[in-house]
Amino acid sequence: MKISTIKELLDASVLCSEEHINRHVYSACGSDMMSDVLAFVKDQAVLLTGLVNSQVIRTAEMMDMVCIVFVRSKTPSEEMLRLAEECGIVVLKTDKRMYEACGVLFANGLIGNKVRRE
Amino acid sequence: MSEPLIFHFDVDGDNFTSAGQASVTIKKDLRRLGLSSEIIRRVSIAMYEGEINMVIHAGGGVADVRVFEEYIEIVLTDRGPGISNIDQAMQEGFSTAPDAIRSLGFGAGMGLPNMKRYTDDMKIETVVGEGTTITMRVNLT
Repeated sequence: MKISTIKELLDASVLCSEEHINRHVYSACGSDMMSDVLAFVKDQAVLLTGLVNSQVIRTAEMMDMVCIVFVRSKTPSEEMLRLAEECGIVVLKTDKRMYEACGVLFANGLIGNKVRRE
Repeated sequence: MSEPLIFHFDVDGDNFTSAGQASVTIKKDLRRLGLSSEIIRRVSIAMYEGEINMVIHAGGGVADVRVFEEYIEIVLTDRGPGISNIDQAMQEGFSTAPDAIRSLGFGAGMGLPNMKRYTDDMKIETVVGEGTTITMRVNLT
């Protein structure tokens, strides 16, 4: 799925890195706990979250994620957007709540991914 | 064997916002060395979790990363309170982090288990009241 499709499905606005909006993503996860996000491993993922602080951007960067969706109209700071821009991460914002946003993307074919176990 | 490449970082314990900077830097450094993205991600995530732990629990510390031909070694050293029960600390979901940290997205009891998950070897040396040293290794071959 293209990031631009996510934007349409979630009726979201683009807050930064719009030049990467045609990138393809293959999996996503939704969480407010960054350590849970860090337990997942897969390329090209999208992070949906209602948490707003710089560690959200760093977590996404550590995981090589290319898109962050802030749900419930949460608005990141200028500093967070600057960090995201530096990493080439597209930041979206939607009015939808976490459950609905994840459900819409899943129903349209964007799957979750598996926790890596030894 | 040739000398390892050494990277050293001081982790500021007073600033949660800047926590993770060392991991971001090491990620860039490792990219320049041309390592695979899988290896780079494993090293930087393990170090990031360790860095967050040092900020939450130990008032900061130091991180040393050495890149050898066959493996990468990450050593995190702090002078924090130490870990009284390592088995308990290694359980997913066990955490002693305060609620304030949970509201920031951490303290889910996944830090140490994630560090173990992403590395090939992890050793914890800890003395209650003196500090903790965690040595992790990610094999390159």
